[in-house]
Parts: sequence; C-alpha cells; structure tokens
Amino acid sequence: MRVPPGVSPGDFADAVKQFETAIGTEWVFTSDEDVDLYRDSYSPFWHESEEPIPSAAIAPDGVEQVQAVVKIANHFKIALWTISTGKNLGYGGSAPLLGGSVVLDLKRMNRVIEVNDKNHYALVEPGVSYFDLYKYIHEKGLKVWIDPPDPGWGSLVGNALERGGGYTPMRDHFDCHCGMEVVLANGDVVRTGMGALPNARTWQQYKYGFGPYVDGIFSQSNFGVVTKMGFWLFPEPEAYLTGIVNVPKHDDLHALVEVFANLIDSNIVQATTTVVSPLAFSRDPELVALRVKGSVKDLEDYAGQKNIPYWSVSLPLYGAPKVIAAQWEYAREKFAVIPNVRFQDGPSYRFPLDGDQLSKITNPVPFGVPSLQTFSIGGPRSQGHMWFSPIIPMTGDAVLEAQQVFAQVYKDLGESNGASAAFPVWSFFARAFVIIYFFPIEHDVEKNRRNREIFRRLVKTSAERGWGEYRTHTAFMGDISEAYSFNDHALRRLHETIKDALDPHGILAAGKCGVWPKSMRKAKANA
Amino acid sequence: MKKTPALLILALAILLAAKPLPAQDGVSRSHAWTTATVKGEGQPRGYVQYQNYCSMCHGEGGGKPGTLALQAKYKGAVPALLEKRTDLTPQLIKTYVRNGISVMPIFRKTEISDADLDAICAYLTRNNKQ
Repeated sequence: MRVPPGVSPGDFADAVKQFETAIGTEWVFTSDEDVDLYRDSYSPFWHESEEPIPSAAIAPDGVEQVQAVVKIANHFKIALWTISTGKNLGYGGSAPLLGGSVVLDLKRMNRVIEVNDKNHYALVEPGVSYFDLYKYIHEKGLKVWIDPPDPGWGSLVGNALERGGGYTPMRDHFDCHCGMEVVLANGDVVRTGMGALPNARTWQQYKYGFGPYVDGIFSQSNFGVVTKMGFWLFPEPEAYLTGIVNVPKHDDLHALVEVFANLIDSNIVQATTTVVSPLAFSRDPELVALRVKGSVKDLEDYAGQKNIPYWSVSLPLYGAPKVIAAQWEYAREKFAVIPNVRFQDGPSYRFPLDGDQLSKITNPVPFGVPSLQTFSIGGPRSQGHMWFSPIIPMTGDAVLEAQQVFAQVYKDLGESNGASAAFPVWSFFARAFVIIYFFPIEHDVEKNRRNREIFRRLVKTSAERGWGEYRTHTAFMGDISEAYSFNDHALRRLHETIKDALDPHGILAAGKCGVWPKSMRKAKANA
Repeated sequence: MKKTPALLILALAILLAAKPLPAQDGVSRSHAWTTATVKGEGQPRGYVQYQNYCSMCHGEGGGKPGTLALQAKYKGAVPALLEKRTDLTPQLIKTYVRNGISVMPIFRKTEISDADLDAICAYLTRNNKQ
C-alpha cells in the first residue's frame, strides 16, 4: 500500500480505519486498481516516475463526513487533494500535485440544493456537473440558463474555484458565484457572505456580506474545502445574434481591438469571442509559405485575391430582439472608422430552442447547453492536451507582440508549433484578452519532455513581458508562482501567512499554485 | 446518482406526461441525456445510465466526439455508434472505461459505479450474437 509523504505505515493504517468508520468502507479506496482511477488521464508525465500518483482516495457524501475526514487527516498530518467532479483535464485532472496525497473526491456530493428562477440563482454541491444542473432545470421547466465551459462534465464549484470561464454574459464563473460554504483544515465549517447570518434570506443574492470579503482566498488555493457554492444564473434571453466584423489590412487590428474593447467595457458585448486572422490557421501550402517567408503586403495581397479578411471578430449579442438589433447597429457605426470594413450577419436564434434546432447545432455551449463536442480537437494520436493561458492587454499591439514573441520561442528552440501560426486570443474575461494555447499530450516520454520544456520557456518569456497565466496544470504551478514575484514574492509570502494560519499542518492540496505547507517550504525552495 | 423513490418517479412521469415531449425520437436522441431520467421509467438501467454517462460523446447527432473518433478509426467497418455494435464484450468496455483511450479519460467509481458499469455492459451487449 502506498503511504502519504511524512506518514508512517502504522499511522496511515489507523487513519484508513478511521476514514472507513467515518464514511463507510466502500468509499475508502486503497487498492492499486481503485487508486489508479485517480491518475491524471492527460498527464504530461505519463510513464515517468515524476507522475504524481495518490496513495488512496476517500469519497464522503456530505458536509459532516467532510468535516470528519478532514479532522482525521489533520490529526495524522495526511496530505489531502480535493477534487469536485475530477474532470479538470488539461490542468491536472483528478490527480494530486504531491504524489502520495489522499484524494478527497467530492463527486458523491451532487445535490442541487436550490434553483430560483425569479431571482435567478442556484445553490449546489461540488459534485454537481453542468449536465446535472442543466437536466434539473430542464426537467422543472425553469426559465434560467447556466453558463457551461467547453466540457459539460465539470463541476460548477470546481470550475469557478479554478476561475474558469464560459461563453454567455455569465462567462466569468468566479465572478458569478454568490456565497460559499467551506470546511477548514481544523474541521470547522464557515459560510461566507450573507450565509454568515443564521436564517440568511439573501445568501445567493448579495455577494459581500459584512466585513472582510474572504471568498477569493478559496479560489485556486489550498485554504479550505468548499462544500457548497451559490451561482447567479442568466434569465433565459429572448434572442441571440452574432454580428461579424471583417477588416482587410494587417494594421486594421489596432482600430478593430480598440472599438471591440469599447464595446466590451460598455457592457454592449458581454460574451466570449475571439479576434482571429483566418490567414493564421489555413493550411493552404501557398499561404503557409507566405507565413514563413512573405511580407505583410504579400499576406494582404493573398487575402485580397482570395476575398478573405485579414482579421475578423464575431460579436455575440444576447437579449431582447430590438435591443440586440440596436446594439449590432451601434457596433457597425463604431467599426465604420475602419476603411473598407465589411459586416456580415451571423447566426441568429430565438429562445427556447426547440429539439429540432438543438439537434442541428454542433456546438450548443454558447446557448447554455452543456456538451462534450470540444473533444473533437486533437486528432487520432492525441492522448490529451494541456493549456498555456497567459493574460495579455486588450490592444492590437499586445496581440501582435504575443504572436511574435511566442513564435520566437519556438524558433529559438528549433521547434515548429504546427501548421498554425496563431496563439488565439479570447474574451473569456472582461477587459483583457486571454490566450488559450493548445499543447498535445501523447503517451510519448520524449515528446512530453520536450513540450514541458517549451511550456516553461513560454511561461518565462511571458513573465519577462509582464504577462501572467491565469491558471495552469499542476505540473507548472511552481514555475508560474515564481513569475508573480513583485517585491520579493510579496504575494506568495502573504499566501503563506494565510496558509500557516488556516492550515498549520499543511494538509490541504500541498503545492497548489505554489503554496506549500511550512514543513515543506525550504525543501521545495532548494529543489 | 441519488436514488429516487419509485413513487416519485411515477409521479414525475405522470406530471410530465401532460407536457409536450421534447421531440420525435431522432431529435431527443441527440440530447438523450436531458430526458434519460424522465424516460427512464420502464427503461433498463443500462440504457438510462448509458444516456447519462456515455451518450454525450458516444451518442448520435452532431458534436459527439466518441462517435466521430470511431467513424474515423473504423471507417464504417463496424458501426461508429456503440449502441449498434454487436461485437463488444464487458471486458473490453470495462478496460476502456477504467483506463481511458485516446482523449477518453479514466472514469472513477464515484462517477460510474461497478454496478452501473455492469448495467451499461449488459445494454451494449444486448444484441450480441450468442
């Protein structure tokens, strides 16, 4: 039997017995066969000794059981790693950062506690997936939307705590949460925001409660185990339309992004979209050659001949038909400053979609319908993927700089990044762009090692430019935490102060986002 | 998944029978998981759990990456739709579910219990030639 780091086999055997008493023997997994189910299916360390494998997994079914197991772990100083639905693929999946940790699997806690379609909110447990909540709402005929991320099998709680995003106006998932319940390392249970009032009537309606607002410290962190979370939901809109804006010249990007930023910051466009150059993705051999050796003018000429825009952005608009039509008209007026700009009406819909319409939409995620269609990416040899996701300013200059700087990293390392030249920019979060860049994972040690090296170089280059990643795979949390180093890593020192106060034995998610238990800090710093 | 008392399922089915059903069969199959619990009344457990856990990737209709991958792999030599296969075995199904393959990840016992997996295997092998 594998044993958690720093724990004697005797102590671990005692702890396992106590876990079994607390939650039932069938929900304590210690056999290799059962624990291997918790490996990261998309691990960049597959077949390597560095891959972090858990020692055991425990699956409680409610807050009281979570409190009980956390107290046991705290007593024996057993490293825990919490997962919700455990589908954080591309960022670590269901595996811990620290090998030998016991995975605290909250999937069984899958109750939808409440959905309110007059004040538009939900209260859920961590095991509730986007599929689960959609089904609940659909079965009850409630007129509210959820905001799924690309894969619908994730947890609302887990995804929001990771600060993930979706596509509708509620796309910033952490921003849209309202109230949480947290079990601390000492087994205490806290409710934040208005939940700190007994008989609270507005726990999911007013975020901040009274006094210091603590919710943020439980996101992307290891300061507590979140056992309930409230979410604001979008009232089902009447309609949707996408307005497409196409510009012919390379330098048009600056005005395009400036107008786009104005529309985003004015809350006119409130959705996730991408500013893209069709020239960066096409595999036409003539174009590929031009990307390598041609000038900007060559590319503009090619685009002109083929009647392709140099840059394009789709503006998704949600709301009442008259309102979104007016918003699209206003957007066209603003973009008209760009010479030879062309507009196109994209798809439009009225809601609710009927079954026939829904069956014809390959990607229903922007309409609040969860799906797994995103996994069509990657191709037949792919065994998974991971994401490099830096935040860059919402300016044309930054978009061009990022494309050039990151492409240079590949050149310097003697690598190509495939037929695509592009690092795609997205508006998942208001007011900045995030680049979501795809790294393939294969069960090939050499390829994975090489990709890890490229990834680390991208992280370092990013930091040199004042760009930071918004989220990352457990494999790179140390690297990225190192980059946020203002004032001699003052932020990390603050995180460590909080960690030592809330979790002095360091039992929760050791190493998450660069925060280690006190007992391990020196060793990790010298590693 | 939490168990719901049989009476409640029945009540729900009666209540919902009064509302128009989402679709004809062809439509609901592409989003079968949204109605599996409701239509589950009278359906074998394996069918219901297949819709709940597998159909989002391995169902029919647009945007089903599992079905697409199997179409690319077998090019029609066997049906891309798992529910139409007649040559799967429980060992094979369990191997893929508990080990993953390509971009299909591992599924844990808290997601798909051994009992549910057995039921899904029974459903997918129901048409096997004996």
